[in-house]
Parts: sequence; structure tokens; C-alpha cells
Amino acid sequence: MLYSEKVMDHFRNPRNVGQMDDADGIGEVGNAKCGDIMRMYIKVKDNIITDVKFMTFGCGSAIATSSIATEMIKGQPIDKALELTNQAVVEALGGLPTHKIHCSVLAEEAVKAAIKDYYDKHGIAYDKSKYCAGDCPCVLEHDREEVKKKNN
Amino acid sequence: MIYLDNAGTTKVSAEAQKAMMPFFSNIYGNASSLHTAGQIAKEHLEKAREVIAKCINATADEIFFTSGGTESDNWAIKSAMEFARLKGKNHIITSSVEHHAVLHTMQNAEKQGFSVTYLPVDKDGLISLTDLENAITDKTCLVSIMFANNEIGTIMPISKIGKLCHEKGILFHTDAVQAVGHEKIDTKAMNIDMLSMSAHKFHGPKGVGALFVRKGTPVFNFMFGGAQERNRRPGTENVAGIVGMAEALRIATEEMEKNNAYQKQLTDRLFENLGKIPHSKINGSRKHRLANNFNMSFEGIEGESLLLLLNDKGICASSGSACTSGSLDPSHVLLAIGLPHEVAHGSLRLTTSKYTTEKEIDAVIKAVPKVVETLRKMSPVWDELEKGERKHVI
Repeated sequence: MLYSEKVMDHFRNPRNVGQMDDADGIGEVGNAKCGDIMRMYIKVKDNIITDVKFMTFGCGSAIATSSIATEMIKGQPIDKALELTNQAVVEALGGLPTHKIHCSVLAEEAVKAAIKDYYDKHGIAYDKSKYCAGDCPCVLEHDREEVKKKNN
Repeated sequence: MIYLDNAGTTKVSAEAQKAMMPFFSNIYGNASSLHTAGQIAKEHLEKAREVIAKCINATADEIFFTSGGTESDNWAIKSAMEFARLKGKNHIITSSVEHHAVLHTMQNAEKQGFSVTYLPVDKDGLISLTDLENAITDKTCLVSIMFANNEIGTIMPISKIGKLCHEKGILFHTDAVQAVGHEKIDTKAMNIDMLSMSAHKFHGPKGVGALFVRKGTPVFNFMFGGAQERNRRPGTENVAGIVGMAEALRIATEEMEKNNAYQKQLTDRLFENLGKIPHSKINGSRKHRLANNFNMSFEGIEGESLLLLLNDKGICASSGSACTSGSLDPSHVLLAIGLPHEVAHGSLRLTTSKYTTEKEIDAVIKAVPKVVETLRKMSPVWDELEKGERKHVI
């Protein structure tokens, strides 16, 4: 099989899937042209991510990476959620095929984009250079560079 | 399991299996050997050649056995290139919707200094004969246009293309991998100079195919070795596979009309019922189409996840999404017929065979709308479409 059991489980039974009407932050990354879009909603209380929801347009691994990422950051302090890396997502899923690694990067970016949106909406200062603005012309290309850097 | 990926490959028919069996046990001689064991194998090999030739109105000496469609396509194009070099020509015309076996061979030809024209196609996937005629120059050595498309099933105007090439004195090759055993082929009436076929697309075994080369057409060796295939294609013949291919093609040709009528009715039902899914679109022509091909796009969803969920329901299907093509872009065929990227990502191909049952089609008609709905529910693209933040394109 192309995917591990864990990936298939998260794909078949995505956790925290759906919309959130009263989100404190919403992040959307990806590009429909490339075939992947992830939208992540977070609810924040006392600097803790109390609830997460996601919606994803994309392949099996795009859905699975967003699903597991929501589990990994739910209940975590924002600082901790910001530490979530794409490698951690890949490991938690028991691995991804090489050409699907970009999905894990997308999940990491979606979390960051949601937190950035929360900061923006609540007037909290942050280092802008550390965040993908979510407007990359094609996330896949953007991610290739990122993945390369991280793997080196 | 409901197998609807017959454009990918087909089940080997019981008849073809039966025909092949003796060649794994009793008749195992090398067809090039002088002894009885070899000569018996040779007899069967030549009988198979005759059967195959007859199915496409060719003669036995115009059939060269190969390992399949990809080798046949490579050989035909590379052979034409050799001939072109001798004649001082360097231009090839093909279409933008060819199989990669042709497209990548063309890209290789470009690297070797040939210029290649990739004819565009209309929304149905058809090339224009005027475009073809206008593309021909005095340097053109080959026109290679597929008989029927593997993704959207579009059948090209092969007779007209053949006639035009014949009048202009240009070699005409057609990748007929999807058409042999499915559509009537007459190499003489259609003015075809070279034609590629592959056994596993018509219930024969994998790893065997043929290249038809019209008598008088120059053939250059693609590989070097023994004297097999009249010195043109070395390597010990796969007699079992060849006999299986002949038996499969004989039956496919005999049953063609009946099988096509049956499968057309199955795919018509798929189009009619799955076409009811809102914001869906038929990809390709309804008129010039292989009877067993269904291809539609569903807006707001991505093909790989669609395939995985269908697979969970026991349905084997195919898609033109980037994720299934293993590249960044979705299918070049779907883009060539003018589909926006995001619509091409959401495509579903179902290809039937004579073994597909009405009951299986019923199950698919039930399953697909549910799966599409599940995926749309979690799709941010669909959400934006529904809220009017993004415009529907289909």
C-alpha cells in the first residue's frame, strides 16, 4: 500500500474535521491549482489552544496530515503548537511517501497561519518573518525549498 | 472487488489463459531452434502472427512482436527518426494528448535535434485536420497520432489523418493500444503505416505487444541481437504470451460489436446517473468515444482521496489528479482539453470490460455520490464555492 495504516486511519476517520463559527484564528494555506488547500480554525483561551477544526481539499495524505496536526496541537499552549514541525507530523503518521512530504509541510504551515491570524486579530505582536503569509504562488514549490533546508 | 480500471489493464480471459498453458509445459522450445521442439513452437508463433494480422487487415509479415505498447511506440518513432536522418528531414507532428510512451519519446527526439509540433486538441480531445495540414512542412518525416485516448476515450479521425499523410507522402504511426480489440481497424483502408498494440488491454497477458509496419515502410533496428522477427527485433520470442495475445484478440474482434453495445449501455448509465451530481462535468466527447470509457470531474474535490474512498468500497478506479500522476500537475490530457487545474484534479475515470456487470454499475452509481459528498463536506474549496466566495467553473 501507498500509505501506512496510521495515514489511512486519519484519512478514513479524520479527527476534528469541520467548520468553526467562533474561531479566534483561521489559517488557510495551499493552492487549488496544485491540488491541496488546508484551512485550520483555532479557539484560544489563556494562551492555550482549546479547540481545533480543519477542512482540507487534497489527497489522502493532505487530509491525514491535517487531521493528525489538529490532534497534536489541541490542548497545547501556543508556543508549543508553534514548535510543531513537518517531521513530527510525518513521524506521528508512521511515515509518508517521499512525494507526499509536502503535505506535512502544508499542515505545519496551516497551524502557523491560524496562529498568525489569531495574533493579527487580537493585536498581539510577533515576528512576521517567521510565518508563511499563506500566499505562496504554489505551496509545493515553496515547500520543496523548505523541506530541503530542513533535511540538510 | 469491482474492477473499473480496464484502460489500465484487463483480466486475462480464461480462453487466453487456456491457450497459453501448453507453452509453459509441453511446447517450450525456442522458436529459433531447428529441432522439433523449436519448430512446433515456431508453427504456433506464425499462426498467432496470422491471426493478429487478420484482425487489423494486415498481412503476417507486417507484424513484429514486442514487449508491449511502450516498446512499439518507441520503436516506431525512433525508426522513423533514423529514416528521416537519411532523407535530411527533422520534423515530427504529434498531438498534445498522447500517452507518455509517445510524448516522452518525442521529447527525446527534440533533444536529438528534431523539431516536434504538438497539435492542440479541442474540448472533446480531437485534433483539427486543418491544424495538421498546416503543420506539415517539407521537413516532416512522421505524424504520430493516437487512435483512441487512454484517459478520456476520444477516438481520433484516423482514416482522415491517414489519407492526408498518404497524399503528402509522410509516414503515419498510430498508438492504437486502447483501440485494438475495441474498435474496427483496417490498416489498409485507414492508410496506417505503423501501429502499436498491447495484449493486456484486450484480455491478453502483460509484457507482450506488437508493432505493425506496412510492407515497404523502412524499419530500423531498435535493439541488436539475434535474427528473430526477420532480423528486426532480437530476443527469444515470448511464444506463450504471443499465443495468448492472438487468442485474446481473435475473441475481442469476433465479439467487438456485442461487447461495445453492452459496455456503451453501462457507461451511458454512469454518465446519466453520476451526471446528476451538481457541478460535475463530462470530460471528452460523447460521440467520438470508446464504448468502455467514462470520465467526469467533480468540482471541489481531489481525485486521489476520491479513489481511496472508492477503493474502501471495493471499487478500483483511476483519476487524472496530480497526486495520482506523481507530479505537480494534473493530467496533461485534461489540461489540453481546457480544464482548469482544480477541475482536472477532481477527475474520475471508470473503464469497463465485457466482464463488468449491471449490478457492479448499480453499486458504483450508489457509491460515487456519497463519496463526493463526504469529500465536499470537508473541502474548503467547496465551502468557498457554496458561499459564493469562489466562482463555480463547472
